[in-house]
Amino acid sequence: MSRIKVELKKKDVDTIREICKSFDNQPGELINVLHKTQHTFGYLPAEVQEVVAKELSVPVAKVYGVVTFYSFFSMIPKGKHPISICTGTACYVRGAENVLAEFKKTLKIEVGETTADGKFSISCLRCVGACGLAPVVMVGEKTYGRVSPEMVKDILKEYDE
Amino acid sequence: MEMVKLTIDNKQVEVPRGTTIYKAAKLVGVEIPVLCYMDLKDLNIEHKPGGCRVCVVEVEGRRNLAPSCSTEVTEGMVVKTHSIRVLNARRTVLELLLSDHPKECLTCAKSGNCDLQNMAIKMGIREIHNEDIAEMSTYRMDTSPAIIRDLNKCIMCRRCETMCNDFQTVGALSAINRGFMSVVAPAFEMDLEDSVCTYCGQCVAVCPTGALTEVDHTRQLIRDLANPSKTVIVQTAPAVRAALGEMFDLPAGTLVTGKMVAALRRLGFKYVFDTDFSADLTIMEEGTELLDRLSRHLSGDKNVKLPILTSCCPGWVNFFESQFIDMLEIPSTARSPQQMFGSIAKTYFADKISVKRKDLVVVSIMPCLAKKYECTRDEFKVDGNPDVDYSVSTRELAHLIKQANIEFHSLPEEEFDNPLGESTGAGVIFGATGGVIEAAVRTAYELFTKKKLEKVDFMELRGMDGIREATIDFNGLPVKIGIAHGLGNARKLLEDIRSGKSSYHAIEIMACPGGCIGGGGQPLHHGNIEILKQRTAAIYREDASKPIRKSHENPYIVKLYEEFLGKPMSEKSHKLLHTHYVDKSKKIIYI
Repeated sequence: MSRIKVELKKKDVDTIREICKSFDNQPGELINVLHKTQHTFGYLPAEVQEVVAKELSVPVAKVYGVVTFYSFFSMIPKGKHPISICTGTACYVRGAENVLAEFKKTLKIEVGETTADGKFSISCLRCVGACGLAPVVMVGEKTYGRVSPEMVKDILKEYDE
Repeated sequence: MEMVKLTIDNKQVEVPRGTTIYKAAKLVGVEIPVLCYMDLKDLNIEHKPGGCRVCVVEVEGRRNLAPSCSTEVTEGMVVKTHSIRVLNARRTVLELLLSDHPKECLTCAKSGNCDLQNMAIKMGIREIHNEDIAEMSTYRMDTSPAIIRDLNKCIMCRRCETMCNDFQTVGALSAINRGFMSVVAPAFEMDLEDSVCTYCGQCVAVCPTGALTEVDHTRQLIRDLANPSKTVIVQTAPAVRAALGEMFDLPAGTLVTGKMVAALRRLGFKYVFDTDFSADLTIMEEGTELLDRLSRHLSGDKNVKLPILTSCCPGWVNFFESQFIDMLEIPSTARSPQQMFGSIAKTYFADKISVKRKDLVVVSIMPCLAKKYECTRDEFKVDGNPDVDYSVSTRELAHLIKQANIEFHSLPEEEFDNPLGESTGAGVIFGATGGVIEAAVRTAYELFTKKKLEKVDFMELRGMDGIREATIDFNGLPVKIGIAHGLGNARKLLEDIRSGKSSYHAIEIMACPGGCIGGGGQPLHHGNIEILKQRTAAIYREDASKPIRKSHENPYIVKLYEEFLGKPMSEKSHKLLHTHYVDKSKKIIYI
């Protein structure tokens, strides 16, 4: 797994503490706390998990256990333009897998990873409720329908700076 | 109590509501096989994750098979524990567990003592279906100074996690990832050595397979014993003699002190000494330190910190060094008996027999895995040469004896060598919870009151309760004593002190259940507390049989101070017999 060292500012630690406090520092609220923390920071680096563990009085090993168990949680920051490829049933049968393979090949990263320049990350999701447009890809908030592997290059081009 | 009637394998049984099928079956002589389940009765630990599904049974009217370890009985329930459906399911479950398990049984350290292997034997597994499509786990090996993790052999029973988190409250281990990728690991999958692990070894003691084992020094030891340029000497911890016999099919609690000494001599050790001797020495130093702090406290010195905490147990030392760093000042600075022995052996004794430090190999036989780590600590080395070269567990010693074709039962009873083999009853009881503090009281009482202690047995300090306290009358001065065994209990005691909820003059803490007799290096007791009680009883029997039962009356200890150390807490004692503690909490921060 990729290991990114993060230096937390006092402000960040205080934010995490406040989140924990909003759940009364209850160990049983670990998942909710992680949810909210990830929403705030975008991901859950080790340093953040340590603060959560300390505040909730749970072993940090346990926090890491929960973070690695649920695919929703991530220890890697998402890219500036997060790419989500729908692999729900409708998209899947209409070739989402080939689209995903093309994205992985072009960006040279796996699902759950972020490009070295921090620009793109790839994740999979299950159904965005637009099955008529399958296969569907989202980049940030923008939705692309009927995507084919040939379109991948052009989609990425839109985000050239 | 509401009772529930049910039928198990055509036998009627009546049990209280809330009882599990597994426990109800036991009452009618039906032993349902279990694998992930673990019941440590008197420690209040019942681990029943219902994860392995080996214990499934058929319940009439229920669609699915039920895991008996975690399914409660209901009125009129009809249970079958060995129907064809059950046997097929059990076999399939076991085959699936075995399908991605390394087939290294011949060379595995747990071979012969492995619950998974025993289950395969019991179920008569002769082939593993679908093995060809099973994916083998390829998790990296993690070797620490005391414990080896080989997660390819992990079956995710998660017993280790229960011991580490619930009983010891160390929190080094947790299940991570999911599905085939799941293993038990420290936070961020760091090495055990970088985690908060204390090396107490309780995870190793309950691991059903070869996933968690101890670092084994027997081959190195055999080489040293065969090396003519080395003088190899050995010390044996008090708890070893009360448990070694179990490895040779003797009943728990058989004292094998004399046979153990004879076996060690036959293995080729030049001198067979006793850690009990240095336990007596520990009492001299720690007892003096206690009295010093106590009298300064009584005379109103505000700088003196009480309670004094014992420091013999390396698992406990690792625990407070990483989790109670605000209290680093209160444990006694006295080294553990293992290290005091090494230090004296490589100075005083080496001079006596005119052997150079580098040619003297000091081996310790310990009931403990944390001792393996302790002897590698830099504080206990002189120019890189360790005071104790290596520490061998009770289990390893048994293997050594068997390898050397020694018929243990027919061995004569032999005596320890002198001068480092003479000990008192006080030294012996270091092996059981409450023993160190009882030994300290026997000496401190006499030194403090200048009166002879008539009754040396302090029953109020003995027992198996996790946390105990007693007040001992020091000739009008009530001395308050606290005792805890198991790090979870130690944590409770320390938190009470920190919050000011309780106050003591002295506290003894041992990391393992029952003290060293339940150590991570002892013969596996599989959670049978009766075995621990028998070992404890053996320790106190040995104490009662000793002519001298107070450490300060050990003639060789008296001589050691006269010839070499001067007096307790002298400059020389400080250099050789005391230590300092380091803040290891930083280790928790991920780098």
